[in-house]
Amino acid sequence: MFREIPEAAAWAIVLAPLGSFAIISLASLARSLGLGRSRPPHSAWLTIGAITASLVLSLWALDSVVQADGHAVSFEPHRWVSIAPLEVSIGFRLDGLSAIMLAVVAGVSLSVQVYSQGYMAHDPGYSRYFAFMSLFTGAMLGLVAASNLLQLFVFWELVGLCSYLLIGFWFQRDAARRAATKAFLVTRLGDLGLLSALLLIWRETGELDIGAIQEAALTGAIGSGVLAFFAGGVFAGAAGKSAQFPLHVWLPDAMEGPTPVSALIHAATMVAAGVYLVARLFPLYALSEEALTTVAVIGSVTAVMAGLLGLVMTDIKRVLAYSTISQLGYMMAGLGSLGLAPAIFHLFTHAFFKALLFLGAGSVNHATGTFDMRQMGGLARYMPFTFLFTVVAALALVGIFPLAGFWSKDELLAIAWDERRWVFWALLAGVFLTALYMGRLLFLTFAGTYRGGGGEGHGHPHESPLVMLVPMAALAALSVGVGLVNLGKGMEHLLVGSLPEEGLAVEPHFRWEMAASSVGVGVLGVGVAWLVYGLKVVRAEVIRSVFWPLAAVLERKFFMDDLYEGVIARGLVLRGVAWALQQGDEKGVDGLVNGIGQAVRVIAQRVRMVQAGQVQVYGAAIALGVVVSTVVILLVNP
Amino acid sequence: MEVGLEHFLVIGALLFGIGLLLSLSKRNLIGVLMGIELMFNGANVTLVAFARFLEGAEALAGQVLVVFAITIAAAEAAVALAIAMALYRRRQTVDVDRADILRG
Amino acid sequence: MTGVGEVAAFWILATITVGSAVVVALVRDLVRAVVALVGSFLGVAGLFILLSAEFLAVVQVLIYAGAISILMVFAIALTPRSARDNAETAMRWLALALALAMVGLLIAVATVTEWGPQAKEGFQETASAIGEALLNRYVLPFEVASVLLLAAMLGAVVMVRED
Repeated sequence: MFREIPEAAAWAIVLAPLGSFAIISLASLARSLGLGRSRPPHSAWLTIGAITASLVLSLWALDSVVQADGHAVSFEPHRWVSIAPLEVSIGFRLDGLSAIMLAVVAGVSLSVQVYSQGYMAHDPGYSRYFAFMSLFTGAMLGLVAASNLLQLFVFWELVGLCSYLLIGFWFQRDAARRAATKAFLVTRLGDLGLLSALLLIWRETGELDIGAIQEAALTGAIGSGVLAFFAGGVFAGAAGKSAQFPLHVWLPDAMEGPTPVSALIHAATMVAAGVYLVARLFPLYALSEEALTTVAVIGSVTAVMAGLLGLVMTDIKRVLAYSTISQLGYMMAGLGSLGLAPAIFHLFTHAFFKALLFLGAGSVNHATGTFDMRQMGGLARYMPFTFLFTVVAALALVGIFPLAGFWSKDELLAIAWDERRWVFWALLAGVFLTALYMGRLLFLTFAGTYRGGGGEGHGHPHESPLVMLVPMAALAALSVGVGLVNLGKGMEHLLVGSLPEEGLAVEPHFRWEMAASSVGVGVLGVGVAWLVYGLKVVRAEVIRSVFWPLAAVLERKFFMDDLYEGVIARGLVLRGVAWALQQGDEKGVDGLVNGIGQAVRVIAQRVRMVQAGQVQVYGAAIALGVVVSTVVILLVNP
Repeated sequence: MEVGLEHFLVIGALLFGIGLLLSLSKRNLIGVLMGIELMFNGANVTLVAFARFLEGAEALAGQVLVVFAITIAAAEAAVALAIAMALYRRRQTVDVDRADILRG
Repeated sequence: MTGVGEVAAFWILATITVGSAVVVALVRDLVRAVVALVGSFLGVAGLFILLSAEFLAVVQVLIYAGAISILMVFAIALTPRSARDNAETAMRWLALALALAMVGLLIAVATVTEWGPQAKEGFQETASAIGEALLNRYVLPFEVASVLLLAAMLGAVVMVRED
């Protein structure tokens, strides 16, 4: 249709939000210094403008990729760092995978920014918020576009930094600070794996370019052991970012950030990075059975575990958070079953309806002043549009035909059936759990009678302003429609076509009975939720008391937080490692430092006697020096 | 009996050595100064002796150098005596071993 | 130098010079030390004449035996009586050892070294030759020396000035 995108335009996708970040920061700095004044609304418009530009250019890039041979547009990488053996280039890798991701990130981010303009309107940190959001989006776009692992790592860490800044956006709140630190530390734990994987692969191949590494792996230049370790390390990083078991604990706490931030983190930026990274290096995983199995196991465990936890949360955003974890588990399980296209397709569709769910939760919060579902209820009457959009998104998430989630989830199930039967059963259980907790969320929030919200001033909930509803409507339309883009297998060809070799990924086969069963399980789940929370045939408390051991375990989140904070952080790290380090520091390092100081002092006490302050002593030293050096010269050179 | 270069060199060495002894051992700053002047003289005797006895194109250079040495010695004596006066005025002493405020 | 008069003159002058220097080191009173020092300076002037450096001999008498000695007498007179002691510090033995080592080294070098032929005649008319050398070949050091003297004079004046 159009001509191929030039490299400068491709780079502009990444640079536009970063530029917006720079301008807002500098303007804020200037304002705080008293130079000129930038009125707050400008920062929002700047961000929205920059991300709109990114979106338009991403769509152009996507079009170029669709038209191009091999579904990739190759740009020559530029030299970045050159230190003897280490040659790092910086490049823009534009193929099916990155083009789709660019469009998704820019699109979701755009709707979130528009929504934020309403949601954050009265926040004192308005400009800071949009500066961080710009940086966040820019960093994620840069991560997606990176052609080099080191380049990717830089943006990867930048994404981590932004998540820290945004989760802790309301840093006055203790919980927000804790959540931000937790997210930072937990993801950093995974990043350790990623970094060691990078070092390993550089040591083995001397390459950090993604294309070159994939080629080396395909030609067998990398040993299978190294490959497995590399893939494992990368997956550790991905598990941290994508909140996979056992590094998932930061994501529910990340709800302390502003709700649009959650929408962005859960839909397009932060958590998508992990799945994207695994997909990016998919050929390497496809070659390593051990790594692939690990990914599948972790993904499946995460999918089921997070689904169970979603059942017991009372905070609407936490339910959604566990839902995200669960869905990311689906994607990882799909990747682990060689289903590159279904996983990315699910990431793609999930981005839209999960963003919509969060925006809906934000809208509900805007009206009721609380996130606690026990204080809501009956909101369908007060907020019809929010209700409608949330229902669409929830049904899409459950996978009801013909909404977006149906198509992508069905592909994942199909590929799991073909490749790994146990993954299929785990995922099917996940579908039921998803339906159950989403049904619970809908009935608790929107059905029944209003239970008062967050107290003062929220007695009469009202619909959110248009600036918040319009982006929700756009996302709702996408949640209905985007599932159809892969009807002709177009997306799949785009993704698989840009793999370096044929036959690495497996194609899913559509089966009517499977589609029907997954929809049936979904409907069953929603139905059970309706019986319990809608009709109240059985009271939830009764169920809880029957299954009390399970409920207790779930309410403590499988004791994961207790394990991390109580046992590992307090016990092992604080009492063990930190104590040992303290001892080492006090006895060893301080001893060494003080010892050196003491030794110098003692020596100096002696040596300072030489500095008698009397000229004759110095004169004697000169004479002695003359005599001695003359004798030496005469002896050496008679 | 013949008197040659070595004789004068030995006289110069003795003057230099006695001057060194004085300048290192005397307590009074003026005594130290005397030692330094003696060392100058020893060096001058040596220079003039070399000029007298050794062959060379610049035979008179030794004597010219002594002219400069005497000039510098005069300047040095003036400054050193001024230092002695200033030291006495500030610390009521001209003993060099008591002028040790730079002790480490 | 083989003439009896020259040899005798050398030994007499050497005795005066070194002997006076030793007296400087030994006497307890500073004024006496200055007098002995003048004797040593005059001996050196005689040695200069013996070495056919008549001009330098005159300069030696004028500057050392005259100006510097008088300056020292002035300095002694301006400090109190109690400061006229010519005693040694605690370092005397160390200084003696160093001085002996230095003298031994110098004498050893002077006697061991082969100095080559020494059959040269003494100089004639050194005063005019030195004057010509100072204003032609050595004119730059000459000027520098004049600046040095000026600086020393100013320095001395500044240091002894009443604050």
